[in-house]
Amino acid sequence: MAANTVAPAGAGWLRSFGAWIDARFPMTQLWNEHLAQYYAPKNFNTWYYFGSLALLVLVLQIVTGIWLAMSYKPSATEAFASVEYIMRDVEWGWLLRYLHSTGSSAFFIVVYLHMFRALLYGSHRQPRELLWIIGVLIYVALMAEAFFGYLLPWGNMSYWGAQVIVSLFGTFPLIGDALVEWIRGDYFISDITLNRFFALHVVALPIVLLFLVVVHILALHEVGSNNPDGIEIKKTRGPDGHPLDGIPFHPYYTVKDIFGVGVFLVLFAAVVFFAPELGGLFLEHANFEPANPLLTPEHIAPVWYFTPFYAMLRAVPAFAGTQVWGVLVMFAAIVLLFFLPWLDRAPVRSIRYRGPIYKVALGLFALAFIVLGYCGLKPAVQPFKALSVIGTVYYFAFFLLMPWYTRIDSHQPEPGRVRC
Amino acid sequence: MLKPVRMLWAGLALAWSAATLAAGGGYPLEAAVTDVRQLASLQRGARNFVNYCLGCHSLQYLRYSRVAADLGLSGQELRDNLMFTGTRVDDPMQSAMPPEAARGWFGNAPPDLSLIARSRGLDYVFTYLKSFYVDPARPTGVNNAVLPNTVMPHVLAGLQGLRAPAWETTTDAAGQQHRVLTGLRPASGGTLSAEEFDAFVRDTVNFLDYAAEPAKAQRQALGVLVTLFLVLFTVLAWLLKREYWRDVH
Repeated sequence: MAANTVAPAGAGWLRSFGAWIDARFPMTQLWNEHLAQYYAPKNFNTWYYFGSLALLVLVLQIVTGIWLAMSYKPSATEAFASVEYIMRDVEWGWLLRYLHSTGSSAFFIVVYLHMFRALLYGSHRQPRELLWIIGVLIYVALMAEAFFGYLLPWGNMSYWGAQVIVSLFGTFPLIGDALVEWIRGDYFISDITLNRFFALHVVALPIVLLFLVVVHILALHEVGSNNPDGIEIKKTRGPDGHPLDGIPFHPYYTVKDIFGVGVFLVLFAAVVFFAPELGGLFLEHANFEPANPLLTPEHIAPVWYFTPFYAMLRAVPAFAGTQVWGVLVMFAAIVLLFFLPWLDRAPVRSIRYRGPIYKVALGLFALAFIVLGYCGLKPAVQPFKALSVIGTVYYFAFFLLMPWYTRIDSHQPEPGRVRC
Repeated sequence: MLKPVRMLWAGLALAWSAATLAAGGGYPLEAAVTDVRQLASLQRGARNFVNYCLGCHSLQYLRYSRVAADLGLSGQELRDNLMFTGTRVDDPMQSAMPPEAARGWFGNAPPDLSLIARSRGLDYVFTYLKSFYVDPARPTGVNNAVLPNTVMPHVLAGLQGLRAPAWETTTDAAGQQHRVLTGLRPASGGTLSAEEFDAFVRDTVNFLDYAAEPAKAQRQALGVLVTLFLVLFTVLAWLLKREYWRDVH
C-alpha cells in the first residue's frame, strides 16, 4: 500500500522521530488513510460542511463542559446558585456558559442539516446503510445528552421539563410506575435525580458519543463519501489507482472546511454575544427562576430541538384509557429512521436524478418537520392541534409509503462522472 | 397523591389554559427601552433600588463591590449612597427583612429580584411598576393591572400618585358578562410628573437588567470585536481555499 511507504515530511530530526513513532504506532498510516490520501469527491457543495461542523461543536461542548463542571455543583440546593456564580464570579464564566448553551442548539441545527443532506443525496443508500444507522445512534445519544444536560441548571423549566419527559415512561402498562421511579431514583425529581443526570451528562453519554463518532468516521472512510450526484467515484480510477473525481481530503477539504468553520463561527458568535437567549428559544425565560416543585410554569415546552416529537406526542389522543399511544408514536418516529436505507427503493440516489414525487415528498417532509416543531412550542389549541395531527400523519406517511412511491417515481439517468 | 402521569396531563392542561388566557386577555405591556451601557442611568437605578426596593427585595447574586466596579463608583461613593444595612462591600445585596416575618405580613416572601429582568422581561417589570391602581377591596388598597391581586403595596405611590381603573363590561357569545380593564387614569398627583416617573422607573428597570446579567455590556462590546475578527478570518480562509483549489477542475 502506498500509505505505508510515504515517509513523514519535515526536518531531519523530525523525520527520524516520525520514523521512530511509525515503527511503534501507525501514525503516518492513520494520517494518510484518513486525511492526506483519503479521496473525497471533488463536487461537495454547501450541504457537506455540516459533518465537520458537527465535529467542531462536539469538541466545543466537551471543552466548555469540562470548564463549566469545574465550578458547577450538582446539588438541588446549590445547582441554580452555582450557575449564577459561573455567570457572575467565575472569570469568563458567562462566556463558557453561553458557548455551551448556544452550542447545544447549534449541535442540533448542524445535525438536522447533516441528516437532511443524506435524504437529499441518498447518502443512506447501499453501501452506506451502516454509516446511516451509526449516525442515527449518534442522534439518539445526542438527544439523551441534551435531555440530561437540560436538568442541570435546575431552573423551573429544567425541573418541569424533566418531570414531563420522565413521566412519559409511566404510561407503559404494568411497569410504568416502577420504571419512572427507577429513572428518577426517587418519588419525584430530586437531588438524587440531579446527581445521576449529572453523571450521565458529563461521563456516560460523552463517552458513548465520542465512541460512536469515531465509528461513524471509520465507517465513512471504509465505504467512501457520497456526493451531490449520488454516484460512486471509485468506479472511474486514473492510472495511479485514485478516483478521477476524487481529491485528497487534506489539504483540499481541510482548507475548505476551515472556511466553513469561519462562516459558522460568525453566526455562532452573533448569538453568543448579542442574543444568547434567542428570544427564549435557546435559553427559556422560565429557567431563570429556580426549580420549584410547587409552581408549574405557565407553559411547559421542551427546548426547540425536541418540539417536533413533542407535537407528535400531543397529537395522538388518549385511547382505551391510556396515553401510551402518543408516547409510542413519538418513539416510533425515531425508530423509523433506522429503517430508511431499506424503505428507499429508488434506482438512483441523488435528488438531482429523482422524479417529481420524491422531490415534492421531501420538500413537504421538511415543511412538516418545521411545522411540527413550531406547534410543539405553542400551547395545544387550534390551529396548532390540527396542524400537529396533519404533520404527524405526513411524517409517518413519508417513511411508510416510501417503498411504494420511490418505486413508481420516474427518474433520469445518472451521469458517469460527477458534475462540478 | 395523584398518579404521576395523571398529574402530568392535568398539569399540561392547566398550563395550556393559563397560556391561552394570557395570550387572550393580558394587559398590554409598554416597551421599557433601556440600555445597560448608560452608566448614569444605572447609577440612578441603583439608588432607586436601594431606596425603594431593597427594604423587601434582595439581589442575592449581586455584590456591592461588583456594582461599584461596574457602575464607576468609588468605595466612598458606594458606602455613602448605596450601603445602609451594615454589610461589607463584598457581600451580596441582601434585604434586611426576615423572610419568615415577610410571609406573615404579606402571605408571601418578596421574591429575590436578581433575575426578574430575565425571567419576566424588562417590559413586564416596567409596566408592572407603572400599573398599580386604587382598589379598596385589597388589603394594601391597591391592585395591579399586570399582576392582578398582587400582594405588593404601591411603594412608589408618593412619586407617581394614585391611579383609578377604567372598566368596560363586555358580553361574550355565551351571554356571560366580563369586566375588562381598559386603562388607568390619574386620581391624585405625586411628587414626580408623568415623564419624570417614567424616567425613574426606566432607570430602575435598567439597573435590574444590569443586575440580571452584570456582564451584559461587556458581552456586547466584546461581541463586536470577536465578530469583526471572525469575518476577517473567514475572508482569509476563503482566499486560502481558492488558492488551494486552483488545480481542481
